[in-house]
Amino acid sequence: MAEKLVLVACGTGIATSTVVCKRVEELLKENHVSAKVIQCKISEVGSYEDQATLLVTTTIPPREYKMPLVKALNYLTNMNTEKTDKEILDVLK
Amino acid sequence: MQVTVNEKLILLDLMGKDRETLLGKMADNLCENGFVKNTYKDAILAREKIFPTGLPTQPYGVAIPHTDIEHVNTPAISIARFKEPVEFTIMGEKDVTVPVKLAFMLAMKEKHTQLDMLQKLMAVLQNEDALNFLAAEQNSVSIKTFIQEKLDLKG
Repeated sequence: MAEKLVLVACGTGIATSTVVCKRVEELLKENHVSAKVIQCKISEVGSYEDQATLLVTTTIPPREYKMPLVKALNYLTNMNTEKTDKEILDVLK
Repeated sequence: MQVTVNEKLILLDLMGKDRETLLGKMADNLCENGFVKNTYKDAILAREKIFPTGLPTQPYGVAIPHTDIEHVNTPAISIARFKEPVEFTIMGEKDVTVPVKLAFMLAMKEKHTQLDMLQKLMAVLQNEDALNFLAAEQNSVSIKTFIQEKLDLKG
């Protein structure tokens, strides 16, 4: 089976996705989940649609994608982060 | 590249009739001080509509407006405290808003970098004591020093 691919996307690919990307990488490491994490702009998600296992985002996607989506605003406000952790792990485990 | 926060970029009790006016004043100030290009303001306003940046933090809502790197000359952060809180749409939502008292306008020059500084900034936004300080302090030099220390930036 191909390696799992997690996309972390925000509007510009520079600010919030940087922070969320790090958080997701740490979460996967702590839980011994092997997956590649790529940071991108939401407008670039379409080009990864056939390979990606999961999309984690802080913004509104312009359309529906094939892969499941987890909203990551909680990582920025540091509220209810366990819920977001679980949503991500549930998709990848 | 070093991120600048100086007292010229700290706008206390900023007044404006709406969100666009306030963000426009912040962007104009960054432009007048040479940190961003004259395309930055329109880009910020357009981005905020498509990708809103309000965060429902406690005890004050904050916003972190930012836009694409090509509009920036030198990385900087401008901080504004609004005289009256103004409604911002919450990041990742279509029509849920939060009253925002403090805005941190990010002028970033490189992609996928500044992780350490951004993580520290997020920690400030999640810290009630820090937001209370920023909401009450009258001296912009004290605010500049506070932020430089919290974000580990040089003066």
